[in-house]
Amino acid sequence: MSSTALSQFSIPFLMGNNLNAWSEALAGFNLFGLPLGLVILAAIPLVFIALYSLTYGVYGERKISAFMQDRLGPMEVGKWGILQTLADILKLLQKEDIVPTSADKFLFVIGPGILFVGSFLAYAVLPFSPAFIGASLNVGLFYAIGIVALEVVGILAAGWGSNNKWSLYGAVRSVAQIVSYEIPAAIALLCGAMMAGTLDMQKITMLQSGSLGFAHFFLFQTPIAWLPFLIYFIASLAEVNRAPFDIPEAESELVAGYFTEYSGMKFAVIFLAEYGSMFMVSAIISIVFLGGWNSPLPNIGPLALNDLTNGPLWGAFWIITKGFFFIFVQMWLRWTLPRLRVDQLMYLCWKVLTPFAFVSFVLTAIWEVYVP
Amino acid sequence: MSNQTYTVIFYLFAAITVCSAAFVVFTRNVIYSAFSLLFTFFGVAALYVFLSADFIAVTQVVVYVGGILVLLLFGVMFTNSIMQAPQKSEVLHIIPGTLLLAGITGALLYTFYTTHGWMPSETTLQGSIVERIGFETMSRYVLPFEMVSILLLAALIGAAFLARFDKPGK
Repeated sequence: MSSTALSQFSIPFLMGNNLNAWSEALAGFNLFGLPLGLVILAAIPLVFIALYSLTYGVYGERKISAFMQDRLGPMEVGKWGILQTLADILKLLQKEDIVPTSADKFLFVIGPGILFVGSFLAYAVLPFSPAFIGASLNVGLFYAIGIVALEVVGILAAGWGSNNKWSLYGAVRSVAQIVSYEIPAAIALLCGAMMAGTLDMQKITMLQSGSLGFAHFFLFQTPIAWLPFLIYFIASLAEVNRAPFDIPEAESELVAGYFTEYSGMKFAVIFLAEYGSMFMVSAIISIVFLGGWNSPLPNIGPLALNDLTNGPLWGAFWIITKGFFFIFVQMWLRWTLPRLRVDQLMYLCWKVLTPFAFVSFVLTAIWEVYVP
Repeated sequence: MSNQTYTVIFYLFAAITVCSAAFVVFTRNVIYSAFSLLFTFFGVAALYVFLSADFIAVTQVVVYVGGILVLLLFGVMFTNSIMQAPQKSEVLHIIPGTLLLAGITGALLYTFYTTHGWMPSETTLQGSIVERIGFETMSRYVLPFEMVSILLLAALIGAAFLARFDKPGK
């Protein structure tokens, strides 16, 4: 057996600290001639989404909202209600799978599937660590913005398939909102791409590393960067239908929007998709503006904090922490701000965010060209 | 992955594209037709990836799935009489239609059989394809690029003008 064949069987975690070392080792891992490594590579983000939405997503959101409203939240199942989500999942699994008689069976069933695939596909280009990325594409950022289109089609399929006025209106509102807010979001991300000069997510992150820690992040590199950062954050809230832009599922108007008719596992899949895209936008904003897997700690004289806290495992820790921080802000806003009306929503998108996104685009271009 | 795996995946995507495109044409349900178009667009995007044109593949998804397909679905969903309307028009031109079909198929087959085969470029691609596209649009093709953007701007203003309400005071 030659040395190259041996390296295919080595455990990825023992590999060096080269860029994408883990994912490349996994991609080359074949068992009985089958590309098993590729399957594992795709399964890692899936397991991550499931675990995080189970723990931080559902339980965390309920606890955070409870503390913000001076309540206790779930307390019954387990100590501090820790096992509440598990109990809920078990309940959802046992539920009867109801498909309304007058629903369009085919679209009703594939709707949640397309929705989840749409939110999951973007994870392929998110660098989870310097040593791990699903696919290091040179159009990564563009792909991550563009693949949201699939989610839109999934929402429309679910809304139309339910054959319910509330669902259809929820779906149409949601799609109108996602399609309009894609424009300021894409332009704001373009500012970050302009600073980096590449669309490769891994390269964008690498350009923000340095011994000064957070000072190398794009957010602190120019005085303009906070503008696209804020614009993208607001637009991403609308893209994942979070409050204050949750009119697609406004409980007081539309029952529950496009997933009114869903129950059991299909409902769980829709929820998983929603939490999946919440982490996706949070990860994108932290990669483009806040250095992705780079440690924010600077080297202070002999105390080399930055060198100590960088590496494949630390990288995964930092990007997940940054993502969770933005999800926390999303939850925080949900319990702070009232819901916008539809016309206010469109006003904010077309007359406030889009012009400011263009202004920040031009200013960033001028800064990049004329300021060394 | 081996060459054979690539071939298998290629034929898989080709089959998805062709089958879903056939479904778009032959189904009687307009909604199914529109949703089936999704798979056609994705299949075509995958075929672009096989040609190493990943930028065009992503653009295909953004423009066709995110723009045109959503517009189509909106149109279909808000036209509730579209399901009842007779889909066969009263005017049928069978003989000219058949002739046109035969002519186009013949021309396509003729072009395919006379000019098939790859024509590799003399200069090899260096670095990322996105950079090349950016440089070319901003240098050699800057005039067509600007013309297209002015055309789109005019279309945008026209659409906004047509869609806006007339103020009651006027």
